[in-house]
Amino acid sequence: MSYTAAHDDHHGPEKGLLRWVKTTNHKDIGSLYMWFAFAMLLIGGAFAMGIRAELLQPGLQLMDPQFFNQLTTMHGLIMVFGAIMPAFVGLGNWLIPMMVGAPDMALPRMNNWSFWILPFAGGILLSTFFMEGGAPAFGWTFYAPLSTTFAPDSTDFFIFAVHLLGFSSIMGAINIIATVLNMRAPEMRLMDMPLFVWTWLITSFLLIGAMPVLAGAVTMMLTDRNFGTAFFDATGGGDPVMFQHIFWFFGHPEVYIMILPAFGVVSHIIPTFARKPLFGYSSMVYATASIAFLSYIVWAHHMFLTGMPVAGELYFMYATMLIAVPTGVKVFNWVATMWKGSMTFETPMLWALSFVFLFTIGGFSGLMLGIAPADIQYHDTYFVVAHFHYVLVTGALWSIIAATFYWLPKWCGNMYNEKLAKFHFWWAMISVNVLFFPQHFLGLAGMPRRIPDYSLQFADFNYISSIGAFSFGLSFILLTYIVIDCIRNGTPSEARPWDSAKGLEWTLPSPAPYHSFNTPPARAVILEESQHS
Amino acid sequence: MSNQDYYVPHGTYWPIIGSIGVSTLFVGFANQMHGVEWGGSVMGLGMAIIVFMLFGWLGTVVNESVNGMYNKQVDKSFRWGMSWFIFSEVMFFAAFFGALFYARILSVPWLGGADNNMFSGATEALETSKYIWEGFQATWPLINTPGAVGQSGVEFSSGFKLVDTWGLPALNTGLLLTSGVTLTYAHHALRKGHRNALVFWMLATIALGAAFLGFQIAEYGHAYHDGLKLTSGIYGSTFYLLTGFHGFHVTIGVIMLTVILYRIQKGHFDSDNHFAFEGVAWYWHFVDVVWLGLFVFVYWI
Ligand code: HEM
Ligand SMILES: [Cu+2]
Repeated sequence: MSYTAAHDDHHGPEKGLLRWVKTTNHKDIGSLYMWFAFAMLLIGGAFAMGIRAELLQPGLQLMDPQFFNQLTTMHGLIMVFGAIMPAFVGLGNWLIPMMVGAPDMALPRMNNWSFWILPFAGGILLSTFFMEGGAPAFGWTFYAPLSTTFAPDSTDFFIFAVHLLGFSSIMGAINIIATVLNMRAPEMRLMDMPLFVWTWLITSFLLIGAMPVLAGAVTMMLTDRNFGTAFFDATGGGDPVMFQHIFWFFGHPEVYIMILPAFGVVSHIIPTFARKPLFGYSSMVYATASIAFLSYIVWAHHMFLTGMPVAGELYFMYATMLIAVPTGVKVFNWVATMWKGSMTFETPMLWALSFVFLFTIGGFSGLMLGIAPADIQYHDTYFVVAHFHYVLVTGALWSIIAATFYWLPKWCGNMYNEKLAKFHFWWAMISVNVLFFPQHFLGLAGMPRRIPDYSLQFADFNYISSIGAFSFGLSFILLTYIVIDCIRNGTPSEARPWDSAKGLEWTLPSPAPYHSFNTPPARAVILEESQHS
Repeated sequence: MSNQDYYVPHGTYWPIIGSIGVSTLFVGFANQMHGVEWGGSVMGLGMAIIVFMLFGWLGTVVNESVNGMYNKQVDKSFRWGMSWFIFSEVMFFAAFFGALFYARILSVPWLGGADNNMFSGATEALETSKYIWEGFQATWPLINTPGAVGQSGVEFSSGFKLVDTWGLPALNTGLLLTSGVTLTYAHHALRKGHRNALVFWMLATIALGAAFLGFQIAEYGHAYHDGLKLTSGIYGSTFYLLTGFHGFHVTIGVIMLTVILYRIQKGHFDSDNHFAFEGVAWYWHFVDVVWLGLFVFVYWI
């Protein structure tokens, strides 16, 4: 069987800017996603700088509290829905067809649409800043009644933006499922698939299960706000706490949507630079699947203080603890992969290794938060902020940066500047810890999250944290330079720039051809390139 | 071009047109709700753009399909796509069913003072609720809301009369279930190449779907007349959003069935190549199953 691009066998990209609007090519669309995510990362980062500038010293320094709340809200929304999620879909677009030996994604036109909804959603979301009453200011979790009774008019625009983001994610997920299940090289069995493909496949099921529930939540908000329903209003027999249940039924799977593909990325990079096959391939697959399953049944660990029935508190506590088991399997496997390996520390490996350390710190603070009686102390303090930034920044974002350095030679055909990239790594790595580690202490000492001002005993750690934030923010200027410099002036890279890298993508030349695999790879090649030894 | 090629289409403008359409619709809608004059017209414009996009996009796909550009593998991609799309719809309805169950089983009893701690062994209602809403009775269906006026100032429409389960809802259940059967007959006719039977059963399915919608609208009319409104507290909220979204899906389903009938007339399908028919049939059965859930949990028990 052969796959050729049916219309025109030797066509490349179209000329001109419209290419990017019309494109149905998985690599073009992958690049669009990645640049969009990067732009959003910078915007969301700018908001974070505003937040940390206000918190540099006690007292209201720069902005009124309402605007501060708008910044925290938009920072969270933009980072989650605009930066991290699109970046992973971008990686998936670029890599999955190459990794499974396919010519392109299964549904290329829809692929274009899942991207091209995003700039509209992002635009609507950001435009709320300029509306009367300002942008939403109720936090990225938009709890009712803050988001229903007490929210500005712009909230309705926010609701529609969330709908658009949901359409995009669902279409993206459907496309990835169809690609993995239907476009895989005929000789590639499921248990031959690389882990990035496995983790994305499972993530897609999380997206399809969770995003529609989010759509339901914002729809109820919409009718409560505008059409007199009473879902979240106790005077009408509804319940504001019900909002939290619906939100977190989406929200907890959502955090795993942002970390499972990261697990996949790290499971590629560590074996390459340890020069050993991945330890425990099949246990990695099963661990990913069980994390995904468990992520649907632990949501109310975000709600230990809502006055749930005691039986509920206990159940959600124990179920949460269970997630530590498959997560532990993964961390164990990464460490075991490195055991007695001949390790080298090129930039992607530095990011992946620090992922293992720092993500694990975030996992441990998660465990602490998952203990219901202890969470009574930690809930809604900076300890939670520290927890989720360790898992999301030094987890999800770290893996995205690691993946960028690891696959950049394949994407653009050039090698980045290793010296500069290493320097950038240490800069970011040190400053991110200066930024977030003190927040653990702030939280344990009782500093609440989402406040523009604080009492004096928190001053020192906040000062340190803000300095770390500014330094971390600046480091992204260097990252931008390194990536652009690589694309423009980097030295040409070989097809397989990392000597012991495995995977079908490395059998293609660098940069990868416009249509990935016109003929599916043979069984022998697939086995040779597979991750299970 | 060999028959085995996986078709990777040319560049396309339809998605960006779709994005413009949906964004226009939403921006118009938001402004309409905020009482801006041009909101409604902008919504209409958005709708028009979306319809234009659907015709254009699906028209292209139909053309490609009719011209034999799709192989079995493309067909399979469509199947995966449609089935997971339907699953996402299931999860959307699940959110509203979840809200219904949560209110019925947990939060309404709590509002009436039920203890939420099964380890405390309390049997009496807690006192606290009485101080906020004196005389509030936690029943389901919740005919009388705890307060008369909502937090944001809506006056709740309390004291309504319930829809009679064994009137229109039961009739509608019969109609929808029958339509599932007639659609299956249509499918059998298509597989056997019996054209006239196929057209007959398709017409029957569409007629049953349209009748369902008509009765549903009539039922809403009665319900509103009897005081059961969108503003009837949590009961009205769950009732109208569940049945309303379902009715919306039936509408889409009827439109899609009509398009399929048109394509049957055009001779687009043969006995073993008719994914579009099957996709719409899956959708129709999904809408059917959701109705069963509604009938049991919203109208009946
Ligand atoms: C080891 C597994 C984990 C456990 C046991 C865990 C547990 C928890 C708990 C109990 C909370 C609620 C704390 C509170 O509000 O009082 C929480 C918050 C949070 N977690 Fe985790 N977590 C884990 C891993 C992760 C991962 C992998 C991510 C994302 C990649 C993540 C993202 C978040 C976020 C974003 C919040 C804060 C949500 C908010 O209130 O804004 N967690 N976690
Ligand atoms: Cu969680």
